[in-house]
Amino acid sequence: MSAHTTEKLIYMANQIARNVTHEPDPVAMIADHIHAFWSPRMKADVFAVLDGAQGAALDPVARAALDRLAAHAG
Amino acid sequence: MDSERDTYRPQPDFGTPPSPGERAGAASVTVTIDGRDIAVAPGTTVMRAAALSGGSIPKLCATDSVKQFGSCRLCLVEIDGMRGTPASCTTLVTEGMRVHTQTKKLEKLRRGVMELYISDHPLDCLTCSANNDCELQDQAAAVGLRDVRYGYEGANNLAQPMDISNPYFDFDPSKCIMCSRCVRACDEVQGTLALTIEGRGFDSKVSAGLSSDSFLSSECVSCGACVQACPTATLQEKTVKEIGKPERATVTTCAYCGVGCTFRAETRGEEVVRMVPWKDGKANRGHSCVKGRFAWGYAQHQERVLSPMIRSSIDEPWQEVSWDEAIAHTASELSRISAKYGRNALGGITSSRCTNEETFLVQKLVRAGFGTNNVDTCARVCHSPTGYGLKTTFGTSAGTQDFDSVEDSDVILVIGANPTDGHPVFASRMKRRLRQGAKLIVIDPRRTDLVRSPHISADYHLPLRPGTNVAVLTALAHVIVTEGLADEAFVRERCDWDEYSHWAEFVSLERNSPEFLEPVTGVPAADLRGAARLFAKGGNGAIYYGLGVTEHSQGSSTVMAIANLAMATGNIGRRGVGVNPLRGQNNVQGACDMGSFPHELSGYRHVSDPIARALFEAEWGVKIDPEPGLRIPNMLDAATDGLFKAIYIQGEDILQSDPDTKHVAAGLAAMECVIVQDLFLNETANYAHVFLPGSTFLEKNGTFTNAERRIQPVRKVMEPKNGYEDWEITQLMAQALGLDWNYTHPREIMDEIARLTPTFAGVSFARLDAEGSLQWPVNDAAPDGSPIMHVDGFVRGKGKFVVTDYVPTDERTGPRFPLLLTTGRILSHYNVGAQTRRTANVVWHPEDLLEIHPTDAENRGIKSGDWVRLASRAGETTLRVTVTDRVAPGVVYTTFHHPVTQANVITTDYSDWATNCPEYKVTAVQVTPSNGPTDWQEEYEAQATRSRRIRGHEGAMEPAE
Repeated sequence: MSAHTTEKLIYMANQIARNVTHEPDPVAMIADHIHAFWSPRMKADVFAVLDGAQGAALDPVARAALDRLAAHAG
Repeated sequence: MDSERDTYRPQPDFGTPPSPGERAGAASVTVTIDGRDIAVAPGTTVMRAAALSGGSIPKLCATDSVKQFGSCRLCLVEIDGMRGTPASCTTLVTEGMRVHTQTKKLEKLRRGVMELYISDHPLDCLTCSANNDCELQDQAAAVGLRDVRYGYEGANNLAQPMDISNPYFDFDPSKCIMCSRCVRACDEVQGTLALTIEGRGFDSKVSAGLSSDSFLSSECVSCGACVQACPTATLQEKTVKEIGKPERATVTTCAYCGVGCTFRAETRGEEVVRMVPWKDGKANRGHSCVKGRFAWGYAQHQERVLSPMIRSSIDEPWQEVSWDEAIAHTASELSRISAKYGRNALGGITSSRCTNEETFLVQKLVRAGFGTNNVDTCARVCHSPTGYGLKTTFGTSAGTQDFDSVEDSDVILVIGANPTDGHPVFASRMKRRLRQGAKLIVIDPRRTDLVRSPHISADYHLPLRPGTNVAVLTALAHVIVTEGLADEAFVRERCDWDEYSHWAEFVSLERNSPEFLEPVTGVPAADLRGAARLFAKGGNGAIYYGLGVTEHSQGSSTVMAIANLAMATGNIGRRGVGVNPLRGQNNVQGACDMGSFPHELSGYRHVSDPIARALFEAEWGVKIDPEPGLRIPNMLDAATDGLFKAIYIQGEDILQSDPDTKHVAAGLAAMECVIVQDLFLNETANYAHVFLPGSTFLEKNGTFTNAERRIQPVRKVMEPKNGYEDWEITQLMAQALGLDWNYTHPREIMDEIARLTPTFAGVSFARLDAEGSLQWPVNDAAPDGSPIMHVDGFVRGKGKFVVTDYVPTDERTGPRFPLLLTTGRILSHYNVGAQTRRTANVVWHPEDLLEIHPTDAENRGIKSGDWVRLASRAGETTLRVTVTDRVAPGVVYTTFHHPVTQANVITTDYSDWATNCPEYKVTAVQVTPSNGPTDWQEEYEAQATRSRRIRGHEGAMEPAE
């Protein structure tokens, strides 16, 4: 998986987070959204970098949502 | 109703349009016509009543597409108790009226009138192109004209020059009888008002534009309404002149935009003589535009590919092969790649240009044959945010109204749509309502034609800065809520009150006021407040929107903001109101309904839904992956990463239509098997290994679903020149991959769709043939279909208000790229232009032009006609400019119909947060003077020419583009 593709996925997660700040439960909203629309490999790619340097670019709310999904997947 | 496939005869003409009562089904007035009793609606003319009772009163200036005029004096009748001989076209029925349509007195009067007409009309009937299909000829026969006593030696109008400037029809004034039906059709039906009667009395003449104009140079939009209305050969299709009178007529559905006009394909043998709008068609009601009416010649274009072709590398020339060899090769490549890289290295793209049945089969092939959910559709790049936004707020992905609904609208709000160019036939219906007095609000960065055109002037035009839709819509909501204009009774009854309160609190914040947002949106606060008040309190408010809403980084939010606005003002669930996405292509709604998205089975059921999956698994006998597949941009990313290797693309040109051309090209180049099924060697085919020639809409059976959810039949009028209908090609591939498919007709595919899709439960070809069309959903709850959605409650139960906070796009202007580029369509061309560029429509728009404001042009030393370099962070191209104040300073605009322009080299890979629909409508650019094509354009052209070589045709084949 290229760094560029993963960077795009992180950008997508952050973009979702910026658009759902007024939802009652943004973390659940983002987790549901990614669960429903991302392919398994897209999810796996982003889970793989959660603890790395690339993952540091994640918005905290997006990160919380991905952590939750990763825990379920794991 | 005449049957859908029949021997040619003109459609019945009832002389005058139906009264509102007749359209509502009333028949309360009984009259007697020549001894026949008939009950008709109040407001019906005597002429129409006579026609409805099976009679036919002679007439020339009356036709049922325009209002009665009363000029020809041929339709005179006698009525008991009424003096004289009133004109039946202008006399309305009254209860008990007794009408006599044929008396000695009437015979004499009519013959006298006809004699005068014929005394100034050429007597070349046998060699006239309208011979045996001419109302003047018919009426001369009907009145028994035997002699013209005046002779032909006196002054006459018989030797006037013809105007052959329009590429599709001729104007021969010598044959004109001055009935003015053409002028009235242009005014009333089309609403362009391009035609007029010039001069007086004997010197009167129909004229397009000024007397110095020809039809081509005038403002005529070539919709064909005048040709349709003409009772003689004065305005007639050139094809009738060339070929002769049609022999058969088949009702079918246009394959251009989402309006979905129905036409009678009038043919001789397998040759189309002309396409004539079908009066019984409920989408177009007998009207048409220049594309559907005239631009169908691409089907016979010399560049159409008719033989399958393969090659092992895109650097090689194509090799023509038999269908058997092409299909066997394709199946073997797909099997090889699946075995080597896994099933998720495969995928497919369905097309909104293809039928429901074809689209359904492609996604079935991908899910059941390839064994993956990697299927997406071109709606990804146009209306995917509509799907997300309307499903979230209302519960289903669909426009709420039928097109007829606009007749009851009092305020029409158009945002991010240019219907007079993009959806011209619906625009004509909208303009008719506006001329009747409905109010108009246009929210668009550009001054579209709708803002100011004959007899129409927008009450408010809010010329917002591209990318600020959400801010403008939230500001409108701010005014409505804070000024107490919301329809709280509707909201309490129909929506979730807590969600409304949360939303109302948010929009009321000072930072969402028009005054606060004015510096961001560029919209004067006073205008915005006026527009909000008008929309909230002006009566039935209807919102129409297009790709200027969806193709943004906040496309889905904008759709939801529109839904919020409609709910807050109570504008949902009845005629005249609603949220109406104007779909770009003919079958966007259908392609979405058919399960073309990677996360959804047909009927919008998520692949993780075990009940839905079980239904498909039982019917298809395969396991379906419960996880979503890849979307188009993600397929391309995976390809550049070496993980996605094969793609089957039906009827779609992603290299030209998708953003960031260089990224698309890199993705395609990284694949081992790119299969393109299309009419022409399109841009994507430059990177293809297999080319499967497709069939046109004239060569296949099936259905399209238009923007108002209307499912309409597409009927074959000629055999496919390439050998197969497109669904047959998909079936051949499926069979070669070992699937047991045995469809013999698309009706069987629709039966399967109906079995598997609850919203299509009541749809079948037999019902479509009997009823003409059906509006989705058609099920137990709505057995006759659903013209208006959410009538007694939202599909999801309570309507959901979603807070849509304005998040500016990351695509920003700066010192290097100080202007904002936005894109759109022009009337004469369609989408990437593959079809319309191969017709005479190029006379109206031979190239894409960049619109730039005079101030920006002057600062750069640019004038109209100059070549300029248009550059963004993604790439650069060159094109010519036109300087105009239609665009605001700081904004530039272009169309994307010509591949040489390469507009998508400029667009970036930013996309909608929820659906990844590309942000085509906002790109930061710089414009500078230029001498000619960029290196990229030259390289691209060279690559395209190289990749289009066909073995054995070297030198003979011109480049396709």
